[in-house]
Amino acid sequence: MEFLRPTSLSEACQLKAEHPDAVPLCGGTDVMVDLNFDRRRPEALLDLTAVPELYEWSRYDGRLRIGAAVPYTAIIEQLATEAPGLAIASRTVGSPQIRNRASVGGNLGSASPAGDALPPLLAANGEVETMSTTGARRIPIHEFFLGPKHNALRPEELIAAVHVPVASGPQQYAKVGTRNAMVIAVCSFSLALHPDTGRIGTGIGSAAPTPRAAPEAEDFLAAELADRWTAPDELPDDVVRRFGELVAAAAEPIDDVRGTADYRRHALSVLARRTLTWTWAEHRSQERAQ
Amino acid sequence: MTDVSTEVRTTTAGGVGESPFRPDGTFKVTGQFAYSSDLYMEGMLWGTTLRSPHPRARIASIDIGPALKVAGVSAVLTHDDVPGEKVYGLEIADQPVLAYDEVRYQGEPVAIVAADHPETARRAAALIVVDYQVVEPLSDPREAVGHPYWKPVHDEPGERTAMSRDKAPVHPEGNIVRHQRVRFGDPDAATADVVVHGDYEVGMQDQAFLGPESGLAVPGEDGGVDLYVATQWLHVDRRQMAGALRLPEDKIRLTLAGVGGAFGAREDLSMQVHACMLALQTGRPVKMVYSREESFFGHVHRHPALMRYEHGADRDGRLVYVRAHILLDGGAYTSSTPAVVGNASTLGIGPYDVPHVAMDCWGVYTNNPPCGAMRGFGAVQAAFGYESQMDKLAAAVGVSPVEIRMRNAMSEGSVLPTGQVIDSPAPVMELLRRLDAMPLPGAATDDIRLLPGGVSNTTHGEGVRRGVGYAVGIKNVGFSEGFDDFSTARVRLELMGDEPSVLVHTAAVEVGQGLVTVQAQIARSELGVERVTVAAADTQVGSGGSTSASRQTYVTGGAVRAACEAVRSELLERAAERYGPGEFRLVGGRLESTVDGVVGDIASLLVEGAVERTVEWRHRPTQPLDEATGRGDAHVQWAFCAHRAVVDVDVDLGLIRVVEMAAVQDVGKAMNPDAVLGQIHGGTAQGLGLAVMEEVQVVDGKLRNPSFTDYLIPTIMDMPPMRVEVLELADPHAPYGLRGVGEPPTISSTPAIVAAVRAASGIDLKRVPIRPEHLVLR
Ligand SMILES: Cc1cc2nc3c(=O)[nH]c(=O)nc-3n(C[C@H](O)[C@H](O)[C@H](O)COP(=O)(O)OP(=O)(O)OC[C@H]3O[C@@H](n4cnc5c(N)ncnc54)[C@H](O)[C@@H]3O)c2cc1C
Repeated sequence: MEFLRPTSLSEACQLKAEHPDAVPLCGGTDVMVDLNFDRRRPEALLDLTAVPELYEWSRYDGRLRIGAAVPYTAIIEQLATEAPGLAIASRTVGSPQIRNRASVGGNLGSASPAGDALPPLLAANGEVETMSTTGARRIPIHEFFLGPKHNALRPEELIAAVHVPVASGPQQYAKVGTRNAMVIAVCSFSLALHPDTGRIGTGIGSAAPTPRAAPEAEDFLAAELADRWTAPDELPDDVVRRFGELVAAAAEPIDDVRGTADYRRHALSVLARRTLTWTWAEHRSQERAQ
Repeated sequence: MTDVSTEVRTTTAGGVGESPFRPDGTFKVTGQFAYSSDLYMEGMLWGTTLRSPHPRARIASIDIGPALKVAGVSAVLTHDDVPGEKVYGLEIADQPVLAYDEVRYQGEPVAIVAADHPETARRAAALIVVDYQVVEPLSDPREAVGHPYWKPVHDEPGERTAMSRDKAPVHPEGNIVRHQRVRFGDPDAATADVVVHGDYEVGMQDQAFLGPESGLAVPGEDGGVDLYVATQWLHVDRRQMAGALRLPEDKIRLTLAGVGGAFGAREDLSMQVHACMLALQTGRPVKMVYSREESFFGHVHRHPALMRYEHGADRDGRLVYVRAHILLDGGAYTSSTPAVVGNASTLGIGPYDVPHVAMDCWGVYTNNPPCGAMRGFGAVQAAFGYESQMDKLAAAVGVSPVEIRMRNAMSEGSVLPTGQVIDSPAPVMELLRRLDAMPLPGAATDDIRLLPGGVSNTTHGEGVRRGVGYAVGIKNVGFSEGFDDFSTARVRLELMGDEPSVLVHTAAVEVGQGLVTVQAQIARSELGVERVTVAAADTQVGSGGSTSASRQTYVTGGAVRAACEAVRSELLERAAERYGPGEFRLVGGRLESTVDGVVGDIASLLVEGAVERTVEWRHRPTQPLDEATGRGDAHVQWAFCAHRAVVDVDVDLGLIRVVEMAAVQDVGKAMNPDAVLGQIHGGTAQGLGLAVMEEVQVVDGKLRNPSFTDYLIPTIMDMPPMRVEVLELADPHAPYGLRGVGEPPTISSTPAIVAAVRAASGIDLKRVPIRPEHLVLR
């Protein structure tokens, strides 16, 4: 197995163009597991850990650009107010050791339906910035996931960064697992309120072949909230309940070792109701404070 | 409470009753401990195992040709190459060293390969062509037992019928490994005012020990073999290996390598014979190491159980009768199923006085993974059944869970349904009283890490309900039912420099429980010498018996004490020769005479040479059980532990957080108080795992989650702080009055947690582990 270790993003793209089968390696927390289990025998590994650009994040025009290799620990510590959904999700990932190494870029690369960073990126309406020797692309997150562990990346491309708008309102993420830490999601849900645009963002994890949004639930809630943003009252129960139902209906879960389809649907409706209650309460207290 | 444990003679530092540091502690915590998987030898080969992908198939042919052609491969062996007996087993030899004719469970070893690199060996193994003719597996233990055996509690079980034999027998003798009946009083005639029924199920738990199966086999110049291995009983490994390898036992030398943990999973052979076959075939050292995934296929698990109980009591909740059926799925081979049936049947009504008992317990063969020993075996499954029933009875009678248990608690002098009298303290009442008196933890906080779901952020308090539950358990200590259960200790006392120093040598296996430490403590106390070395366990000394059944401190501890006593007698004889008339005794390393006071010390008695004694020590004999009635004084000793669990349940999501576990256990004598606490904490955690997450999921004979990705064990975020009280009520029959400690805390932990979850959720849970959907989808 060849081991390639570029020290800049352009060199990395060059190497990827020369070795389109080379498997990028970032935190290695998915790649090394695959290698150890003999699930994958790549001809070459493209180690990205010496590419400094990938470890940086920056702010521009009300948006965040988060380098593909930025580890979860950095997101938790540095981006909790600007990307709260992603930061809450990052806190639920693995153990401290995993969070120190593992990255959002790797989560996107693996494109597992259970990837914890993915629902909040959907809810925030993010974009994936890719890079190759032929140039950069911005792929809307809603078009990134093509199937179970299958994404829109081309063989010659690398993930350079993700872009999300700086949060204009409360965001949440909640994940059901059968252990109180270090657990793969049985199902998960992310919700982002965007008071600036009146939009609602959602993301469902582990309850369909890919991470996905719940567009009907988003539209329903956006309509319900349209007149409430500036004079927020408590939300009527039936709105909260209906939102939960629409989120559950957007899922397409299966029975597997981690849980049953029925349970996943049920749990998603609970998570949707709760995250709506939390985010709306936060929005109300922010409005009151102004 | 009076402490009546045997007084220990000396005040030597680091002796019995203290908690000296374990020699391996720092190494384990700092990652320097050498596990068996770290063994290395120049020029060694790597062995690997080809396993059956099918739970059941006929083997039409095996073609090893393609594997032999791989560069770097030194040997590819099948059943044809087994030098001796083709089958082995702990109690009954029925498990093939390498499958022939048929495979009976998924993961059964079919061929083995040695190569110069583990990867080469694995790839070569994958090239072996096995022609399997797949047969539908027998995966439901109820089918295995034949329907006539599995009737409602009121019907007397039928006799063995043609049906149970014909229902696709896994073994030609039929599918029943053991059926044990226990009859006490007049259970057929007994009637009661209050009757509660229940069906219960226990899923398959894995021991999930540290350090998967591994070892290094080195061919000897004498045609024999040396094996360095992580195991639980060196001599019983050797006995089985001798048969399979067709070697005399003295040509097979075993040395214990670093063990991570065991919990029963290392009682059966795994890679022992395979590595030796490859080493003897190639003339090179061969190392084998299972991966975690392979480990799930490479050892036995805890028997899943289906149980049906009926409890009858008077209006005050005093038990009149218990009728019970327990069905244990033993999987494809016998392993220790007979002993598991023995425990479940004799202890299956719990630590209670019951005048009339009808218990039927079956262990059966299926094409599921073989099940055998795991911490608390037989007693763990039954306790989930009988303790669930006690809570039902409490509710039916209208008293508290603690009260119902107090009213029925057994005590010293109680008679088990086998007719055996409990002839040592059985402080069930006292355990419960102390548990009940312990303060309860405070209300749920708003720190999400301490709520159900933990950092996964599923609740900020919504849906969270608190529940409290209690349970008590009983476990036999040592090997029961007439087994000749002994251990051997060699103790050598000599001068090193000018200082007396002791070498303790046994074949008893340290699996992390602290046996090495306690052996040294015993030698210090008995001989008054601080410098004690415990030699590596190997087969150059007689058998130490199994590190299981909570027996090693009792039996090997007893052997070490007896050997020390023999050494001391020799010293006193030397003293009499040297210092003339009078009675002599050794006190803390000094030699005292009744005539002249202190006349010398141990060192002065060793100038003429070392003293060495080897002693074989056995606990008191036990009797087999009558097959039809279960009569017999089958057990050596009983141990009791009680738990109180406090849980928070998110009743909307079905997620559980155990908030606190409290335990009270009688240990007879706390030989090493820190180690005792360690066992109680660890056993409780393992019981917690069974209650809320740990299950090997098997569908149609196939494992669905053979890795730690999906076989979840508790993390530090799942295991709460504990309150523990330890009683020391001496058992007059045991060395120092001690009682085995390791298993009891695993037994009552699970039912206490389930009781607490029932209390919080109001849901009548019948199965462990509890899954979220059991709580929210009905
Ligand atoms: C013990 C453990 C616990 C875990 N717990 C969780 C959890 O709770 N939640 C969760 O979501 N995940 C979990 N994971 C999985 C893993 O940590 C995450 O998916 C993580 O985000 C992967 O990031 P990484 O940097 O380690 O990726 P890597 O393993 O380095 O790569 C993952 C994939 O992405 C590709 N890739 C990486 N970087 C790039 C790039 N710049 N361009 C193109 N492709 C790229 C790789 O080729 C590979 O296919 C866990 C893993 C382990 C071992």
